[in-house]
Amino acid sequence: MSAAEIAVALLILVSAFLSMAAGIGIVRFPDVLTRLHAATKPQVLGLATVLVAIVVQVPTWGVLTTVVLVMTFQLLTQPMTAHMLGRSAYRSDHVRRDLLIEDDLDRDISDHDQSGQ
Amino acid sequence: MTFLEIVSIIAGVMFGIGAIAAVFRIIRGPSILDRALATDVLLAIAICALGAEMAINTHTDTLVVMLVLAMFAVVGSISIARFMAKQDAS
Repeated sequence: MSAAEIAVALLILVSAFLSMAAGIGIVRFPDVLTRLHAATKPQVLGLATVLVAIVVQVPTWGVLTTVVLVMTFQLLTQPMTAHMLGRSAYRSDHVRRDLLIEDDLDRDISDHDQSGQ
Repeated sequence: MTFLEIVSIIAGVMFGIGAIAAVFRIIRGPSILDRALATDVLLAIAICALGAEMAINTHTDTLVVMLVLAMFAVVGSISIARFMAKQDAS
């Protein structure tokens, strides 16, 4: 049991725990926006820890560049997904408005409607 | 049983709990957005599990699969969210 093995084990366990937390979160949370909050944990941090574990186990340049590519594409595409899902949820009234503390978008929309009259 | 084998069993159980919870939300989910979101989570868990398996067994055979999944995971959710009409409740 070397130091590298312990590091790999820790990183993989962090990723597995985040995946489990995301699963429990999307079952327990009440609406789309709160589930969106739970869903992004394994998508970014879980993937990052697992990729670091791969680089620790197989430290070559080919693996490192591919890993950087994977993380780059994930960081480029996941915010787009989250943005589109959140926007679509807001527009189609899948947001629990009684749970919101502050709704800036609603205020902006009503301001815009008034100035447009 | 080596150290990494024990870790792989624990991690497998945790990945499994997350994946089963995501499938539960895909089946139950009140709206189609919940289902798209849970599908995304299931895909993220699959990518993480692929990577964990590579790190534990010290090979890089499925690194390309991870790359392709990370590139094209975006298509499904965005097309669902973009073309969802207001009356599509489920």
